[in-house]
Amino acid sequence: MMRFVLPCGIFLALVALLGAGLTLNPREVPSPLVGKPAPSFSLPQLRAPDKTFSAQEMSGKVWILNVWASWCPPCLVEHPVITELARIGIAPVIGLNYKDRPEDAIAWLQRNGDPFQLSASDIAGRIAIDYGVYGVPETYVIDKRGIIRYKRIGPLTPQIVKDKVLPLVEQLSRG
Amino acid sequence: MLLIVALAVAQSAWAKEAAPAAEDPVLERRVMELSAELRCLVCQNQSLADSNAPLAVDLRNQIREQMQQGMSERDIIDFMVARYGDFVLFRPPFKLTTLLLWLGPLLALVAGLAALFYRLSRRRAAAEVELSESERARAAELLRATDEADRR
Repeated sequence: MMRFVLPCGIFLALVALLGAGLTLNPREVPSPLVGKPAPSFSLPQLRAPDKTFSAQEMSGKVWILNVWASWCPPCLVEHPVITELARIGIAPVIGLNYKDRPEDAIAWLQRNGDPFQLSASDIAGRIAIDYGVYGVPETYVIDKRGIIRYKRIGPLTPQIVKDKVLPLVEQLSRG
Repeated sequence: MLLIVALAVAQSAWAKEAAPAAEDPVLERRVMELSAELRCLVCQNQSLADSNAPLAVDLRNQIREQMQQGMSERDIIDFMVARYGDFVLFRPPFKLTTLLLWLGPLLALVAGLAALFYRLSRRRAAAEVELSESERARAAELLRATDEADRR
């Protein structure tokens, strides 16, 4: 009897282990940037290219940085969620327009609405490399001292906004 | 004729597509060697050297520039790990969180060998049956009987 129970048990344990592995998303790589200072940058603003935006301007505020592009279908899926997040007005939402043509990006905002306080143009994608971006859209919550406190790879969902982003921003704003 | 023109145009279009390679073949080889060690995060089972995802191309250009600025392989790997985590390394570092990853196969081997030796020793113990005095006498009797049968 024992000679069947043991191999079957080992087999089932292996199935459970590998099965659990299958439910994990390999795209969700834990970011080493959470808890680190947000890389500083200074970029032209999308709608006013003669003006720049720099991350330092936001010091003293809790803010949200959303990396988006007009060529990115999931960004369109995420767009209503960002719009709602901006409408709640809990923290300024800044866009980082990633490897996009400014005219395409502006047309996209005109078509779908512009939830961002402003968007910065990262045409070469260099700043995004500093932020470890590899799958647009990505969203960062940055605290008053300029530390990245949360990073989401892929589109935000209403659930994530409710369960993670809003409580975190509230907590950071109090502190 | 049109086909030839079309092909020529296509070819020149291809030529433009080529990534901006460095003039210096030695540098280019260093770029490719290092990027073969780094994972492309967009297409995760490809290396930066193999992948043509836009991010991989950007990162190869970044590596090339950093090498031109005189950064060492070590510096560039640190740069990548600071942004994308240990996950970018195809050869992950040996540290507390990767202990099981590195030692897991060894543990499995040790466990397997232990199980094997345990079973073998049990089987040997089962095979070595102690005979009582009368059983030994009977066995000797049987052996003698077969011996005589063989001789005949």
